[in-house]
Amino acid sequence: MEKFVLKYFNLIRTVIAVLIGLVISIFLIYVVSKDPGFSLQQMLLGPFLSRSRFSSLIEGASPILLCGLAIAVAFQARQFNVGAEGSLYLGAAVGTAFAVSTRMPAFLHIPLVLLVAAGVGAVWGALPGVLKAKWQGSELVASLLLNYVAYFLGLYLINFHFRDKEAGYLVSYQLPQTAWFQQFIPGTRMHWGILISLAGAVLVYLFLYHTTTGYEIRMTGFNEKFARFGGIDVLKIVVLCQLILGFLAGLGGMTEVMGIHRRFNWQAQPGYGWDGVVVAIIGRNHPLLIIAASFFLSYLRVGGQVLNLMSDVPSEMITVIQSVIILLITAEAFLARWRYRITVRQAERPEAAA
Amino acid sequence: MNPLLKSIFSTEFGFAILRVTTPILLPALGVAISGLSGAVNIALEGIMLASACAGVLVSAFTHSLLLALLAGIAVGVGMAALLGYFHIKLKADIILAAIALNMFATGITIVFLFLTTGDKGSTSSLTSQVFPVLHIPLLRSIPMLGPILSGHNVLVYAALLAVLLYWLITFKTPLGLRIRAVGQNPDAARSVGINVNRTRMWALLLSGFFGALGGLYLCLGYVSWFGRNITAGRGWIAVAAASLGSNMPMGTFFSSLLFGAVNALANYLAPLAVPSEFIQMIPYLVAAVALAVYSARAMRKRRRKIREPGSGGAA
Repeated sequence: MEKFVLKYFNLIRTVIAVLIGLVISIFLIYVVSKDPGFSLQQMLLGPFLSRSRFSSLIEGASPILLCGLAIAVAFQARQFNVGAEGSLYLGAAVGTAFAVSTRMPAFLHIPLVLLVAAGVGAVWGALPGVLKAKWQGSELVASLLLNYVAYFLGLYLINFHFRDKEAGYLVSYQLPQTAWFQQFIPGTRMHWGILISLAGAVLVYLFLYHTTTGYEIRMTGFNEKFARFGGIDVLKIVVLCQLILGFLAGLGGMTEVMGIHRRFNWQAQPGYGWDGVVVAIIGRNHPLLIIAASFFLSYLRVGGQVLNLMSDVPSEMITVIQSVIILLITAEAFLARWRYRITVRQAERPEAAA
Repeated sequence: MNPLLKSIFSTEFGFAILRVTTPILLPALGVAISGLSGAVNIALEGIMLASACAGVLVSAFTHSLLLALLAGIAVGVGMAALLGYFHIKLKADIILAAIALNMFATGITIVFLFLTTGDKGSTSSLTSQVFPVLHIPLLRSIPMLGPILSGHNVLVYAALLAVLLYWLITFKTPLGLRIRAVGQNPDAARSVGINVNRTRMWALLLSGFFGALGGLYLCLGYVSWFGRNITAGRGWIAVAAASLGSNMPMGTFFSSLLFGAVNALANYLAPLAVPSEFIQMIPYLVAAVALAVYSARAMRKRRRKIREPGSGGAA
């Protein structure tokens, strides 16, 4: 048992943090709601109670997953770029503009549109990286400010040049069918973009843990000075990991447009970039764990929507829960004493000494 | 003369700059003092939001400005204390913990908004008291300066005094000396008996205090209601302002003033035919460009220092 705890300590810690988050939310719901039992049931079980809700859990995880991978690549190099939101928004806006103004067969259109969106996202994401590598400017602050700039640029592009005036509300023209992701299960909105996200997770895993560049990224994050003395071009890594961040985030935004809405309809920022930060922290920057974290966050999100719809508790409760969870997970010393005690006990055992 | 230029060279514009600068300057001082201690607090966006929400709700339900002030400050300092506890005691990375706190503030303020008003958008259904406007007797009769400097909300003057307070704390008190020492070299500070953690905690609490004032001004002075995400990135612009000002009192003041002026200009340009998206973008774009220019200059200065013979090259 104790060996098990030591081996999977980080995972157990994460699970405990999640449980504490849920306990706090239960407490809050009891304070807030007139019928707490019902509200709680709606939040926790609601996502599984209908086919459309369950499918929106799966669909919703897709952009979160790509943004989580994006953030994780940068965080692994200890680059606190939180610009996934900006790259996603601007990438999807330009990608939409490109898709509605070009005509070609689907086998060309889909990859090209994705490439345009991801490319724009990559350039945007790399800007704070260039600032950091060249002049030691804070990539965190730069990416935050650029998120706003990207938002207004994307909004301008869609509202002034690609707005469908017949739609009745502020959206872009519909994408031509050749740039659609097919929804493959009738009655749901599940689309092929989800497979791109999952494949992305596997690729990012292989990249980070089984290639030289991936090793260089992790080493830069682990100890930058050491990495530099070991001959790693740290400045190149700093820019590269943020370029990849923007690329993945742009991809995440475009798959959502191509698979779900088929129009650019985000008048406000959708927040997937921040969800990406959340799942990267919950998944401890590990691509495969981030898959699980994305489905978990999407589950909470759908639960929040159900809560909003069916009970007297606002969906923002979910934001409170997720912030408590990531706060606990980032706290290195949380449960550290417990591990320390177990380690000592293990070491003092006679068979361990032998 | 062009009517736009005319309105920019008017005393009203000067007045507007001060008004718009205040909710950037106060959190910027908060970022600056924590930055000096080496544990930079980027949760000011969330702290402002939470303080503003607490202030408006307490003001609306008790009709007491004093209670609103106290509640706002308590919430702001409390959030900063939470950040300090997680960073110092529980060894959380301060950036990630601050991101979590910002999310927490976004969520919890909307929950409270909804619980008290039944509306998730704003508190416009409540009537809350607002901090009073101050007309300074002698100042107001000075031509040119009078109309710019007099007749502001009392918290605008508080912000100007806060710059002075910040200078006094950092350069004229033992605590300030300790904060600067800890920020420059924590090991050296520890070796002469300074409690690094306690010093950083004090710096964080002070940053929460400044941020709370900024939030209170925003919703009980600048406007008289609270709305979801009403801070609109001011906490982040404040981070840029503090780093542009090298965390120094006057530097932070002038960089906040620059961003305030840009913001005021954007407000003046708003009625023009230019797409509003571009106008709204200006403050963030200017902050980002200013950050880049500042970083480049700081880098060049460091390089020059290394090249100079006999300077030791410690950069």
